[in-house]
Amino acid sequence: MKKGFLNTWDSLRRSKTGMIGLILVLVVILCALFAPVLAPYDPLAQDLMNKLKDPIWAARSSAGHILGTDQLGRDILSRLLYGSRVTLIVALAGTIVGGIVGVVMGCLAGYYGKWVDAIIMRLVDIQLCFPFTLLALFIAAVLGSSLGNVILIAGITSWVRYARLVRGEILSIKEMEYVEAIRATGGSDARIIFYHILPNIISPVIVIATLEMAKIVLMEASLSFLGYGVPINIPTWGRMLSEARDNILTNPWQCIFPGLCITLTVLGVNLLGDWLRDYLDPKLDV
Amino acid sequence: MGKYLLKRLGQSVIAIFGITVVVFVILHLTGNPVELMVSPTTPKEQMEILSEQMGFNDPLPEQYIRFLKGVLTGDFGTSYYYNEPALSVVLERAPATLSLACAALLICVLLGVPAGILSAVKRNKLSDAIIRVLALLGQCMPAFWLGIMLIILFAVKLHWLPTGGADEGLRSIILPAFTLGLFSAATICRLLRSNMIEVLGKEYIDVCRAKGLPARKIITKHALKNAMSSIITMLGMQFASLIGGSVITETVFGWPGVGRLVVQSITSSDFAVVECIVFLMAVVFVVINFVVDVLYCVINPRVRLQ
Repeated sequence: MKKGFLNTWDSLRRSKTGMIGLILVLVVILCALFAPVLAPYDPLAQDLMNKLKDPIWAARSSAGHILGTDQLGRDILSRLLYGSRVTLIVALAGTIVGGIVGVVMGCLAGYYGKWVDAIIMRLVDIQLCFPFTLLALFIAAVLGSSLGNVILIAGITSWVRYARLVRGEILSIKEMEYVEAIRATGGSDARIIFYHILPNIISPVIVIATLEMAKIVLMEASLSFLGYGVPINIPTWGRMLSEARDNILTNPWQCIFPGLCITLTVLGVNLLGDWLRDYLDPKLDV
Repeated sequence: MGKYLLKRLGQSVIAIFGITVVVFVILHLTGNPVELMVSPTTPKEQMEILSEQMGFNDPLPEQYIRFLKGVLTGDFGTSYYYNEPALSVVLERAPATLSLACAALLICVLLGVPAGILSAVKRNKLSDAIIRVLALLGQCMPAFWLGIMLIILFAVKLHWLPTGGADEGLRSIILPAFTLGLFSAATICRLLRSNMIEVLGKEYIDVCRAKGLPARKIITKHALKNAMSSIITMLGMQFASLIGGSVITETVFGWPGVGRLVVQSITSSDFAVVECIVFLMAVVFVVINFVVDVLYCVINPRVRLQ
C-alpha cells in the first residue's frame, strides 16, 4: 500500500475503463449531493393535468419536463435525481455494515480457529445456499420496509465474502514470524489483529467492497422493484421502474431511464472495482 | 473418492439442517409470526387466539422441533390463500420454474461458451472488445429492466413474441429465458475467456502448434478440454442461481412458476408457502452443488486421486 496518491491517480488515468468507472460514480455522487439544486421540480409534487408525458424530444411531451412525467404527473428527472440518494445511501451504508460484520467474523474465525472457526464457516456455507434475492426478499417481508432495514439486509446478505477472504488471509499471516515476535513481546490478541494483521489485508477487502457495492445497488433496486424496499414516499429507481411497468404499452419511455441509471451506476462501480483489483492486488481471484 | 463423497454428503446434510434453523429464525425475527399474517388493525384478543391456535405461544425450541418434524414429513402447514397444503401448492408450480431455468441455462451455454472461446482466441481484437463490453453490460443490467426492455422491443413494437404468461408454449419462454440467462451467460463468458487465455499460453499448446496441428483442432481438442473443467462447476452454480433469479424474471413476465408464487405469497402474507419455497430453493442449491461435486470428481481424475 505504499503507493502515494499521485501514483494512484496516475494508474487510474492510464486505465480507460477505470476512468469511465470513476466518472460514472462521481456523477451519481454529485447528483445525490446536489439533488435539491439540480432537480427542476419537487420529486413528490403531482401534476395530474400533465401526467404520462414523454421526454421533450418525443411527440407527447410537456414543456419543462425534460424526461417527461409519470402516471401522477411527477417529474421524472427530479425523481431520478432524488432516487440516486437512496441508491447511494444504501450502497455505502450496506457495504460498511456488511464489511464490518464480515471482517470481524473473518478475524474471529481465522485467528481463533477451532470451534469458533467451525461455527462461523458453517454459517457462511449455509448462507451461501440461499439465493441472494430470495433471502433479501424474505427478510424484507418479515421486517417491513424502511431505509434502515434495507441497509441491514444489504449487510446481512453481503458479509459472507469478506469473512471468507479475511479468514483465509489471517490463516496465512498468523503463522508468520513477525506475529510470533509480537506475541512473544506480550502483544494482546486485539493488538495483533488491529495493528498488525488488518493493515495487511486492507487492499483485498477494499476490492471485495467495491464489487459487493455493485451487488447491493442491484439488490436495493430489485427489492424496490418488487415493492419491499424503502417506504413508498421516497423515490427510488427500482420503484419508478415497477410503476412504469404498468404503462409499458402507452409510455415505454418511462421504463427506460430508471433502468439506465441503475445499469450505469452498477457499471461504474464494477469498472472502478476492476481497476482497483488490478492496481492493489492483481493476484486476487474474485 | 468414497471417503470424499461421504464427507460431502455429511456437509450437505448439515447444511440442510442449518437451512431449517435460518428459515425458522428469520420468520421469528419480529417476535410473533402471527403479526405478519394478519392485517395491522386486527384486535389484540384475536391475535392472541390465533397465536395460541397456531402454536406460536409455545417455547421457541418446542416450536422449532415441531417445524423440523413438519419439514421432514413434507408438512409445511396449510396455505390459507389456496386452502391446500403449502408443499403441493409449491410443487404444482415447480415444473414451470424448472423448465424456465433449463431454458435459461441452455441460452447461457449457447451464448456464453462460444463467446468466451471467440473472445480468448481473438484476444485484443475488435470482436474480443465487443464481446467483453457486452458481457460486462450483461452483468450490470438488472434482470427486471432487461426484461422490460425486451418486452417493449419484441412484444410491444415488433409483435414477434407475447408480452408475458406461458400460454404460447415455446414462443412465450424465449424472452424470460433470455432475460434470466443473460447474466449467467456473461459470467460464463468472462470466466471461460480468462481460462482459455491461460491454457493457450501453456507449453503443451506451443508443442501442438510446433507439430503443425491446425488451429481449430488445438482449440477444440486440446485447449477447450482443460479450460472447460472449472466451467462445469460454474454451470452447476449458475443453475442454482438461475432458480433464485426466477423470483424477478417470473414477476416481470407473469410466468406461472415458484418465483412469482413467492412474491404473491409475501404480498398476501401466506407465510406457509413462503417458508416452503425459501427452504426448498436452498435445498435445491445444496443438492445441485453436491451433484456437481460428484460429477467433477468423475470427470477430473486429478480430484479423484486426492
